[in-house]
Amino acid sequence: MNVLDFVSAFFSDSAHWQGYDGIPTRLSEHLGYTLEALAFAAVIGLPVGLVTGHYGRGGNALSLIATAGRALPTFGLLVLMTMLIGFGMLPVMIPLVVLAVPPILVTTYEAMRSVDPSPVDAARGMGMAETRILLQVEVPVALPLILGGLRSAAIQIVSTATIAAYVSLGGLGRYIIDGLYQRDYEKVVGGASLTAGMALATLAVFWAITKVTVSPGVRRSA
Amino acid sequence: MAVDRLSLEIPDRSITVLVGPSGCGKTTTLRMINRMVEPTEGTILIDGVDSRQQPVNILRRSMGYVIQNAGLFQHRTIIDNIATVPRLLGWSKDKSRARARELMERVGLDAALAKRYPYQLSGGQQQRVGVARALAADPPVLLMDEPFSAVDPVVRKGLQDELLRIQEELGKTIVFVTHDIDEAVKIGTMVAVLRTGGRLAQFAPPAELLSSPADAFVEDFLGADRGIRRLSFFSSAGLDLLTAPIVAVDATAEQIAARADAGAPYLLVTDVDGKPLGWSEPGRLTAGRIDRGQLLSHGRPFVAGQESLRAALDCAVLSPTGWAVAVDGEGRAAGVVSQQAIGEAIRGAHEDSVGPAKVLR
Repeated sequence: MNVLDFVSAFFSDSAHWQGYDGIPTRLSEHLGYTLEALAFAAVIGLPVGLVTGHYGRGGNALSLIATAGRALPTFGLLVLMTMLIGFGMLPVMIPLVVLAVPPILVTTYEAMRSVDPSPVDAARGMGMAETRILLQVEVPVALPLILGGLRSAAIQIVSTATIAAYVSLGGLGRYIIDGLYQRDYEKVVGGASLTAGMALATLAVFWAITKVTVSPGVRRSA
Repeated sequence: MAVDRLSLEIPDRSITVLVGPSGCGKTTTLRMINRMVEPTEGTILIDGVDSRQQPVNILRRSMGYVIQNAGLFQHRTIIDNIATVPRLLGWSKDKSRARARELMERVGLDAALAKRYPYQLSGGQQQRVGVARALAADPPVLLMDEPFSAVDPVVRKGLQDELLRIQEELGKTIVFVTHDIDEAVKIGTMVAVLRTGGRLAQFAPPAELLSSPADAFVEDFLGADRGIRRLSFFSSAGLDLLTAPIVAVDATAEQIAARADAGAPYLLVTDVDGKPLGWSEPGRLTAGRIDRGQLLSHGRPFVAGQESLRAALDCAVLSPTGWAVAVDGEGRAAGVVSQQAIGEAIRGAHEDSVGPAKVLR
């Protein structure tokens, strides 16, 4: 049996489409983990990146934190957190957020630094307040890059959130881990292809968000 | 220290140009006016009131600010770029946009550009948007920091002329920074020449700057041909134009003969409307059969009375006959004048230049 046979067998089995271990349930669990982790990471990464980028200070400290964050093995962190805190949502969220903050933080900082300084100077000279300059002059121009950072963070979370199953939670990782345990490779491949599909869907969602939120003036000149 | 103990009184409703070599503190001086740079000591009085008396953003909104490269917001349409300050002042969207449309017309931008984005405009058009944006809330003061430095010379000349025209209509108090002395002399009502450290070398109207530079630094900064450039300030109205050495292309043999000795070695041939065609020696002209191809070029004519002695001299120097052709507003020949006569007028103008009556503008 080759991989494609596994895939078609997995998806054509009607038992995989219902119940608490069905595809819709696992997909929505996975989506839930992803959105939650991305939201936490954005709440931490975006403001810090925006403010440091605006004032142009703290770039070195940021890249240090980001490198440290990237160096932490996600799986190891998951096991460590579970041992420290016990089973639950929190020990899963911590490694996912640690994984997602660096790309958001660093890209947002870089995006803000790359904004042409002359419109900012003009805005300041016209009497625009600093918050307004940040939100109405810099962010709209930096938005494509900022969204790019969020996108890579989201994709990393989607593919890494499978580890939640390792500590008895749900999500698409359930199929992979259970499949491996049961030597049910149909399940393993099915779970993996669903994860990959969701990563592609994430790309599409970010493409659409960029299309809607980025001004045509920025899109064309970038 | 960028600017040290500079004391300058900027006259209302006129263009004051700060000029000097790079690093002389001219931009710093300008930026101190709207407190983009805070002076460590000293005060800036606007209509007698210390600029630090009001909140900084209120102060800045009362002054138009134009910078090099325009500094437009690339994510906003042209009309919304121009409407920035009115929006900051709390005007409604409709009122701000209506005002922005009005300004587009004033600075010579086609209304069709309103919905475009900055990247779709040329450098010169972007700079016009920058000026319109600065004028949007009708501020009494306009600060311009090398606004035309980044565009090519032809566009720059157009923008300078446009600025002078707008200033004629609006009468703003403009402070204009440039490193280009020609630009300073062209647009300034008053020119402040700064030397390194923001020290004032000379503060004078352009004509006075050219005629009596305060010291070697100013003289050096003005460049080698300041004598020629100074002629820009003398009107050509005082020139004695000769009309006798002009014949129409359909002139009779008697007319040609009568004008052959009219005081010039050459005759200027015009078409039937009186527009100059070219020069010829009287002997080479045959009535009724004047060949336009045989005429000597008359070069670029100057507009009598409107253009300066510099333009008249330039025409005479460029003319193969050494005689300049003066035309009226419609381009019809108004007379001819020799280099010698222009030279006499220049000497006369220099003698009279103590009186401002002959100074253009």
